[in-house]
Amino acid sequence: MEAAQQVSEVEDRRALVERLREEARRLRITDIRMLEKAGSGHPGGTLSAADMIAALYFHKLRIRPDDPMWADRDRFVLSKGHCIPIVYAALARLGFFPEEQLMTLRELGSPLQGHPDRVRLPGIEASTGSLGQGLSIAVGMAIAGRLDGADWRVYCMMGDGESQAGQLWEAAMLAGKRGLSNLVGILDQNLVQQSDLVERILDIEPVVAKWRAFGWHVREIDGHDMEQILDALDEVETVTDRPALVLSHTVKGKGVSWMELDPEWHGKAPDAEQAARAIAELEGTATGGGA
Amino acid sequence: MAKATREAFGEALVRVGGDPRIVVLDGDLMKSNFTYLFRERYPDRFVECGIAESNMIGVASGLALAGKIAWASSFACFLSGRLETIRMSVGYQAANVRLAGTHAGVGIGDDGASQMALEDVAAMRALPNMTVIQPGDAVETERCVEYLVEHEGPVYLRLTRQKLDDVNPPDYRFELGKAVVLREGSDVALLGTGATVQEALKAADELAGEGVEARVINVHTLKPIDHETILAAARECGRLVTVEDHNVFGGLGSAVAEVLAANGSGAPLTVLGATDYGQSGKSEELYDAYGISAKHVAEAARALAKGS
Ligand SMILES: Cc1ncc(C[n+]2csc(CCOP(=O)(O)OP(=O)(O)O)c2C)c(N)n1
Ligand SMILES: [Mg+2]
Repeated sequence: MEAAQQVSEVEDRRALVERLREEARRLRITDIRMLEKAGSGHPGGTLSAADMIAALYFHKLRIRPDDPMWADRDRFVLSKGHCIPIVYAALARLGFFPEEQLMTLRELGSPLQGHPDRVRLPGIEASTGSLGQGLSIAVGMAIAGRLDGADWRVYCMMGDGESQAGQLWEAAMLAGKRGLSNLVGILDQNLVQQSDLVERILDIEPVVAKWRAFGWHVREIDGHDMEQILDALDEVETVTDRPALVLSHTVKGKGVSWMELDPEWHGKAPDAEQAARAIAELEGTATGGGA
Repeated sequence: MAKATREAFGEALVRVGGDPRIVVLDGDLMKSNFTYLFRERYPDRFVECGIAESNMIGVASGLALAGKIAWASSFACFLSGRLETIRMSVGYQAANVRLAGTHAGVGIGDDGASQMALEDVAAMRALPNMTVIQPGDAVETERCVEYLVEHEGPVYLRLTRQKLDDVNPPDYRFELGKAVVLREGSDVALLGTGATVQEALKAADELAGEGVEARVINVHTLKPIDHETILAAARECGRLVTVEDHNVFGGLGSAVAEVLAANGSGAPLTVLGATDYGQSGKSEELYDAYGISAKHVAEAARALAKGS
């Protein structure tokens, strides 16, 4: 009996992992389409975050698309706000707004602003885009949750370039001091920032030691391995005395071979031909030699 | 030839860069603010600070206090966002720091509000010893950067992402604090700064077709502001329109209003500028949506003419 149950749990996990992988693939394709249509945006950091965003929005986050301001929802703060299109893609798929609206990204009057705007778009928890500020807002939310005795959690995704910002460490210090176990940081360590590799601009290593020194539980994963992502998101829920950081080792531009780890693709939209090539690769229909 | 003032800035820095006192600081935006040109030429005097603008500003101050001419550059919003750091580490110390804020205003377009400085002039103007300059084209930017080599004291230079038409002649000479009359006229005065100078010029063309002769004034120095030229315009034209890619709470319009009011001028003034935080869109679309394109300048001038 017990063995049978274990088998079915393993099967369920496998099915979940498969489903989320497929969602991540769809998010990446939608992301490329949106950026191409908008004619500007940030492919690199959206693609590196896609797997984690899929796991959060299609599995982990306790949210209600038909009631975005539900008081007991989990909060997700995208501190690296320039990567918001990958979140828009998830919100639309969940029904927060019609999918047609995705193609209005960055247009005058669209709620889908170039950077997240919580006033214009329900489902966005915090307006961001100036790097280094998101974790402070997430800490404030987590303290509020504690004051209210609520059980919702706050997730905050940050960039590795962004980790150069002093305010981020001020927030980390406060969260550690207060033992905010309802706060989960996610570091999308994709190795590249705007102008160059993080290591060459201003190295943030040893970053694990830094977070630990600030009183955080740290779990390192391959951020493109869905099983590891799920394990990490489950594990952080078992930590009860401190905030947790998922250090997600990723590849900037993941999924489009010729964008990967190339700073050129930090903040430039693909043109129609490039988008078609990118999508073919993501769909697994690319014909060889097309890189 | 149309050029973004951020690009002219980066090129001018290289040209003056032979001066060993000059040190350039960047916050992971060297390709956007064109300081990569200086880095290529003078790598030893380029300090990459990463995404950490408060620290960059403080380091610039230290360099200046130790005898360097420190140029710190980032998007205008990320500099003015560190107002108290600038107040304490730059202004109050009278440090010889130049802050170059690129990507000013709604003119940046698609990226939207979070990257749009629309209050930076107000913030910088509020610091007592801060000089605030906003060039209207490439040649003005170049002459200004050259002038600033020998200037003493803190300076804020506001630059555009988008290309600007040439509004000045090639032999243009930059004079700090002296607004430039680009076009004579005595029916109405149109005052622009930075990217809106070209809008004022286009509006004047439009008005000329209707028999209205507009005086166009390029207010490149927002602080100290040119009292004489503004008061002469009020006297001789009777009415004024200011236009800025900045909000109306403390920028060019406010500075002009202060001059008029303090000198007892009752000349009617219309202030064109943003009244919110900005949003995504195409640059030209946003100039229309925020009422700061040539069309709106001309309209404001007509309305003023009717009212008197
Ligand atoms: C305070 C601030 N400074 C500069 C910028 C401009 N900027 C936008 S994205 C970026 C690089 C971010 O790199 P990283 O955090 O590694 O993000 P990712 O690689 O995930 O795109 C920079 C410098 C900004 N948005 N905010
Ligand atoms: Mg990165």
